[in-house]
Amino acid sequence: MTLPRRAHPRPLDLKTGRVDLTHGGGGRAMAQLVEELFIKGFDNEALNQRNDQAAFDVPAGRMVMTTDGYVISPLFFPGGDIGSLAVHGTVNDVAMAGAVPLSLSAGFIIEEGFPLADLKRIVDSMAKASRDAGVPVVTGDTKVVEKGKGDGIFITTAGIGMVPAGVVISGDRAKPGDAILISGTMGDHGVAVMSQRESLGFETAILSDSAALHTMVAEMVAAVPGIHVLRDPTRGGLAATLNEIASQSGVGMLMEEALVPVKPEVRGACELLGLDPLYVANEGKLICICPEADAETLLAVMRAHPLGVDAARIGACRADTHHFVQMKTAMGGMRVVDWLAGEQLPRIC
Amino acid sequence: MKYIDEFRDGQVAQSMAKAIAAEADPAGSYHIMEFCGGHTHAISRYGLEDLLPANVRMIHGPGCPVCVLPIGRIDAAIWLARQDGVTLCTYGDMLRVPGSKRLSLLKAKAEGCDIRMVYSTLDALKLAQSMPERQVVFFAIGFETTTPPTAVAIKQAQALGLKNFSVFCNHVLTPSAITQILDSPEVRELGTVKLDAFIGPAHVSTIIGSRPYEYFAEEYQRPVVIAGFEPLDVLQAVRMLIRQINQGRFEVENEFSRAVTRDGNEKAKSLVAEMFELRRVFEWRGLGLVPYSALRLKEAYAAWDAERRWDVPQDSPPDNKACECGAILRGVKRPMDCKLFGTICTPENPMGSCMVSAEGACAAHWTYGRFRDAEPGMPQGPEPEEEETE
Repeated sequence: MTLPRRAHPRPLDLKTGRVDLTHGGGGRAMAQLVEELFIKGFDNEALNQRNDQAAFDVPAGRMVMTTDGYVISPLFFPGGDIGSLAVHGTVNDVAMAGAVPLSLSAGFIIEEGFPLADLKRIVDSMAKASRDAGVPVVTGDTKVVEKGKGDGIFITTAGIGMVPAGVVISGDRAKPGDAILISGTMGDHGVAVMSQRESLGFETAILSDSAALHTMVAEMVAAVPGIHVLRDPTRGGLAATLNEIASQSGVGMLMEEALVPVKPEVRGACELLGLDPLYVANEGKLICICPEADAETLLAVMRAHPLGVDAARIGACRADTHHFVQMKTAMGGMRVVDWLAGEQLPRIC
Repeated sequence: MKYIDEFRDGQVAQSMAKAIAAEADPAGSYHIMEFCGGHTHAISRYGLEDLLPANVRMIHGPGCPVCVLPIGRIDAAIWLARQDGVTLCTYGDMLRVPGSKRLSLLKAKAEGCDIRMVYSTLDALKLAQSMPERQVVFFAIGFETTTPPTAVAIKQAQALGLKNFSVFCNHVLTPSAITQILDSPEVRELGTVKLDAFIGPAHVSTIIGSRPYEYFAEEYQRPVVIAGFEPLDVLQAVRMLIRQINQGRFEVENEFSRAVTRDGNEKAKSLVAEMFELRRVFEWRGLGLVPYSALRLKEAYAAWDAERRWDVPQDSPPDNKACECGAILRGVKRPMDCKLFGTICTPENPMGSCMVSAEGACAAHWTYGRFRDAEPGMPQGPEPEEEETE
């Protein structure tokens, strides 16, 4: 069905207009916003049915489902924005089970007064990310909150995907002796975002690494179905994610600082800000823990993919009842790589 | 990265470790205090203890500005934040330091106080300009390094005629703290704490120069080597100190010559001298009341002094009885000697100040070094033990 254009005599003012409370009120204004912005942008069969839910067929098997909220500040950063991030982040969370992502939902909580031009920019970017990933946004929701009750815009996305038969990838499967691989340089996203924050007035050439990793994961899983753990080191960075896995799996880890790839620009920015790149967020990288015998195969698969050219082996799991993640420093000494205490900087994803 | 990588070269570190091992007399022992939290952090962050012989012991000093501020001053900052119309600006680390009654600035913020984390004094100044209806108070803490920026902010506030900006001044002085430690009964009379030498501050010394340390090197007969905060700086300083100890010398040497001169930064020093005066006495966590160890604004700058603008409470509640921060800051105890360490006091839930800042001795040991305390039989060090199945 096609709604007659006459339902909204004047199109949304996407240049100077602003979101107001009627855009979330359930009336014509909301219908117009949904029609002219969201349906037009995301354009796919399930969404175009204009129901309160999307109906579609799924293949039989084991399904994964995930959800994530995006509250990043600033909304636009070098290499991405909240829209593309909301797609990549959720696609990646699905993919980290070794699953093939099928579809996404998107919920928008918009603050009254938010420029429609910015909203369009976000929706366009989100739609592009979703098209590029081949994972459609099939259902959504829009809410508008009063001025002062939100911070511009918050987006939540949920995603579902199907796990290929025989694949069991989970954070509790790391075993002593397993190799620890990462798909590329650490800290790019966090530093790109921080470089845009108003109080940190430095310009860097660093782009966020925000990207959908599912195609690389599909190749990895095809090559080595027996991968033990995949996880993307987002908030808290590599350090927090390794600690999560270590405690979930009940193992210790030993890594080498010199083997962790970090771009010189990121290292420089971290130096200035007093940050440790190991704790800075990534949005387009993954950690892979696999049997030692499969490590070289997986490294080769990752390096052959555009998102994994800097893939590296950084260490191994080992038996340790304390579940310490330890690191041999570049100096040759040993240290714990601990959980992040508190926050390095707020809201980077 | 240029000017960084040169000071973090793993191969150079290994050869320096060999040189240190060759110079250290196996029959003797070396107790070296690194005064600064910056050095403490570097030692833990890079695992430098693993590169030193067993008879060279590093003792963590009190040079962590967050750690030495007593509970009373934290309470006073919370009190200020609670006053009508006040916006309190603070460096991030201070937010989590526990005051009395388990309060902290972070909790006060959650209760509704307007507390902002800033990166520099100038951020606070900008805030004051943008909110003329609010009183912006900058919670000024730190050693000689952070005092000049506070002075600059006040100068600018004066130039701008800003009436709604003031400073809660807690700036403290390094040399008086070192003297206090050397005068402490544990060091001087009882001899229970051995302190053979000091690694002198890096950033502080860029301001005050190396001259202020000459007095106590001579008076207390302890060698001092001023060193940068990079891992190779620390190793080089240790080597220079061992050499001085072996040769019976007690001089001030400067390893950090790329940034520190004998007289320091004259411009910064004269600005500070123009605007600040010594407090007769100031309370330090761990060191107690230390005479002439802190600064306050001179009368001419009273208009920007939060302590003159408000009747700020001067209470000094005691530390938690079980907390050993005091003894740890004096080098009398080590973090793992404290019953609270790692049990109820962790960086997520700090009881004492040494667990708060990344430069604090407890936080550094917990975050980077606690595998050293693991009971025997646990895998430690670079070689994994035989693997057992979980």
